[in-house]
Amino acid sequence: MAITVKVVRRPDSDVSYLRASLKGMGLSFKHFLRKKVTMQYPEETSEPEWKISSRWRGTHRMLTDEQGRAKCVACGLCPQICPANCINLVPGEDEEGNRIPLVYEIDEFRCIFCGYCQEVCPEEAIHVGVHFENSEYSRDRFVYDLERLCGQQHPESTLWDPSDPKGE
Amino acid sequence: MTPELLGFLVLSTIKMLVVFGGLLGSVVLVTWMERRQAAFHQDRLGPNRVGPLGLFQPLADGLKNFVKEEVVPYRADKAMFLMAPALMFAPAVLLFAVIPFASPMPVSFDFGWISYDGNLPMVVADIPVGILMILAFSSITVYGIVLAGWASDSKYSFLGGLRSSAQMVSYEVALGLSVVAVLILSGNVTLPEIVAAQQQKLWYVFPLIVGFVLFLVSALAEMNRLPFDLPEAESELVYGYHTEYSGMKFAMFPMGEYIALVTMAALMATLFLGGWDIPFTTWDETEPSILKTLVTLVFFVAKTFFFIFTYIWIRWSLPRFRFDQLMGLGWKVLLPVALGYLMVLAIGIWVLETLGIEQNLLYGGLLFLLNLPFVYLLFWVLDNNRLVTGQHQRKRIEN
Repeated sequence: MAITVKVVRRPDSDVSYLRASLKGMGLSFKHFLRKKVTMQYPEETSEPEWKISSRWRGTHRMLTDEQGRAKCVACGLCPQICPANCINLVPGEDEEGNRIPLVYEIDEFRCIFCGYCQEVCPEEAIHVGVHFENSEYSRDRFVYDLERLCGQQHPESTLWDPSDPKGE
Repeated sequence: MTPELLGFLVLSTIKMLVVFGGLLGSVVLVTWMERRQAAFHQDRLGPNRVGPLGLFQPLADGLKNFVKEEVVPYRADKAMFLMAPALMFAPAVLLFAVIPFASPMPVSFDFGWISYDGNLPMVVADIPVGILMILAFSSITVYGIVLAGWASDSKYSFLGGLRSSAQMVSYEVALGLSVVAVLILSGNVTLPEIVAAQQQKLWYVFPLIVGFVLFLVSALAEMNRLPFDLPEAESELVYGYHTEYSGMKFAMFPMGEYIALVTMAALMATLFLGGWDIPFTTWDETEPSILKTLVTLVFFVAKTFFFIFTYIWIRWSLPRFRFDQLMGLGWKVLLPVALGYLMVLAIGIWVLETLGIEQNLLYGGLLFLLNLPFVYLLFWVLDNNRLVTGQHQRKRIEN
């Protein structure tokens, strides 16, 4: 017995080209009149419905204490954990015998913005920041020294917390 | 040389320069319009930085193309490679010569050695063959594309050129046949006469709605625009026949295409929307004046840009055809429909004229009724898995 294949006749509306085309043109005309979603970037940097996530990991900032000194105690954990090896830390002592960083430099070109330095820091001193406008006129301006890191004003990142994955 | 002849020659030269300048200016505007409108269809804004509303963007693009390095491929056929962009560009410009763009302007001056008196027709060349010249010259454009594809010595360009020649030759038939419908109704081939016929009676878009649609579709194929842009097909043929071109020579191809777009839109406005006619008035048909020339020019430009808008709208709505679908549509649908339509239309006009019905609203209404069977045929009979898929594939599915 031969195998018979039943061909189901599809309705005209499913196989029509003209009707589908007219429908598509109607749709694209509706989009023509719709409000545009483009943000005029340099003039507008944020909109009510658009803002950067607070978990955004951008260029670093170093928090300071009340006297304006960096909170860093030069423990050496951040250059140790940094996968891109972009932190240059030379520890030293001040007059009172506290450990301070003599040199603290971050090469933002090498940095992969993983946020491990912020996670590992025992003093909550170094942070990745919610910031993305970093343009400079020369390459060497991208090695941020301690003074520059302390001077940054942008909000620091709230890193992803495994116990609270949705950030609630 | 008599003063009258000299005056005629000088005025004709001025008309040529004005039309050429206007055409190039409108090409600049249309490239901007295409990008902005495409963006608007996609919920974006498009280029709006250079100048007010981004209007100077085409100038920036042009400047970029001028200063770019021009590369001629080592194995290219140099002469043909250089000739192809010109062959694409020149016929497209020439087409506009026979299109009337405004009502005649009364000009009268006499400086002794040069004089002109009378109504200056606002068309560069009012030649007796009219529309035939358009059909002839629009075919030459295919040489530019084929030569560009052949001379580049690149397989993608070659495929693009091949596709283009097949496509343009087959759609020219349907294009010509749909124009014949207009010619039967107007009884004349020169475009100013066609415009005059529509002014006195009614716009041909109503009694010839099927011819209008046929013309629209074949014109899309004729100027290689989506959904029929197989010669370019940037996603499969890396821009087809102009893959190997760069700099200003490359820019000549899109410019030729945009001029063809403007010309086709102007032609549609002339053939089906009454050219520079102002609807519902007879003011523009009486005693010509300079004011009337300007107002009718505005109406002509508005109609032209309405069609340009429609073409761009179609481009950003419909996907590209497959090549066999394209040829199937041209030869198996458009050509038979156009032939049948022409026969029915000719018989209908003959019957109406034998009955002695004037060319008025009743006449137009009866001709419109004649179109309805074809609308039914297109929408409910042909457009049932056949328009795009093709008959042979349908049979294979059913067996």
